[in-house]
Amino acid sequence: MGKFSKKRGKASPEVSTASLPDIIFMLLFFFMVVTVLRDSELKVDVVTPQATELTKLQEKSLVNYLYIGKPKDKYRDTYGTKPRLQLGDKFSTVEEIPIFLEKHKVKVSENKRARITSSLRIDGKVTMGIVQDIKTQLRKTGQLKVNYSAKQKAEK
Amino acid sequence: MAKTNSRDRMKNEINAGSMADIAFLLLIFFLVTTTVVEDKGITVKLPPWSEEEVDPTKLKTRNVFSVLVNASNQLLVRGEPADIRQLRERAKEFIMNPRRQEDLSEAPNKAIISLKNDRGTSYETYLEVYNELKAAYNELWNEEAQKRYGSDYSDSMPITKKREIKSAIPFVLSEAEPTGFGEE
Repeated sequence: MGKFSKKRGKASPEVSTASLPDIIFMLLFFFMVVTVLRDSELKVDVVTPQATELTKLQEKSLVNYLYIGKPKDKYRDTYGTKPRLQLGDKFSTVEEIPIFLEKHKVKVSENKRARITSSLRIDGKVTMGIVQDIKTQLRKTGQLKVNYSAKQKAEK
Repeated sequence: MAKTNSRDRMKNEINAGSMADIAFLLLIFFLVTTTVVEDKGITVKLPPWSEEEVDPTKLKTRNVFSVLVNASNQLLVRGEPADIRQLRERAKEFIMNPRRQEDLSEAPNKAIISLKNDRGTSYETYLEVYNELKAAYNELWNEEAQKRYGSDYSDSMPITKKREIKSAIPFVLSEAEPTGFGEE
């Protein structure tokens, strides 16, 4: 009996929150590592198709993104429903690709320029016509490393 | 009196209670401004641009595995309608030609895959076909690596080994200018 009363007297009822910041910081660092800054707002709908033979893109800074898909609902009035190309954060034409690539190139140090990859984020429903035009333009510009963005297909 | 007071204050720790709140704010900021990376895809090396047209008639027909995809996403493999599910197996058989058939490729390093699509082909189908052809090569590379070195083909292999396998079974895929029959 005496034991119980003694204990209750000593123990302070508060849980220590001193380690809480550390836990939150750990979470913070985790998210900082696994995520990237959102660089551009998507103006086209892109649902990439599924594939099995995927390779991972290595260095983020060496990748430029080309989005192709139908304009999102709020842009339909001005841009129609035909698939369009988006470079950076605005709708573009195929002719603007070389300038876009050049702009990205100058930001990359010279010894790494050969490893620049273009990631083509193309909606599965898009027809090959526009894709072909873009491929031709990329070949003419000399940007030959291309990655067709796709999702991992579940194995049967 | 004043002295003892200040000594008492020095004993006090900085209140770290708000630290968690600050960290939470930072965390939420990062959650909002970032996206989770899903940077995966099929890596392709495009051929350099040249004005000259390649003349496919120079190649022996037995060495060419032609795949045509039309605007309604149907496949024509070596002149016959085919199903995409059989494409991988057919491509593998064509490249290796295990039974030394007359109409399949002479040797793996002479095999050429020719892919042609229409401007109206859907990108989904195109990528599926491309994926199957690439998968065929990947499986063959794996088999070759197993035979030679007893391990699967992977990017972490020594470059010399990778080169040997790739020179035995080179990945040659030529893409012709697409036809323009279908509606875009």
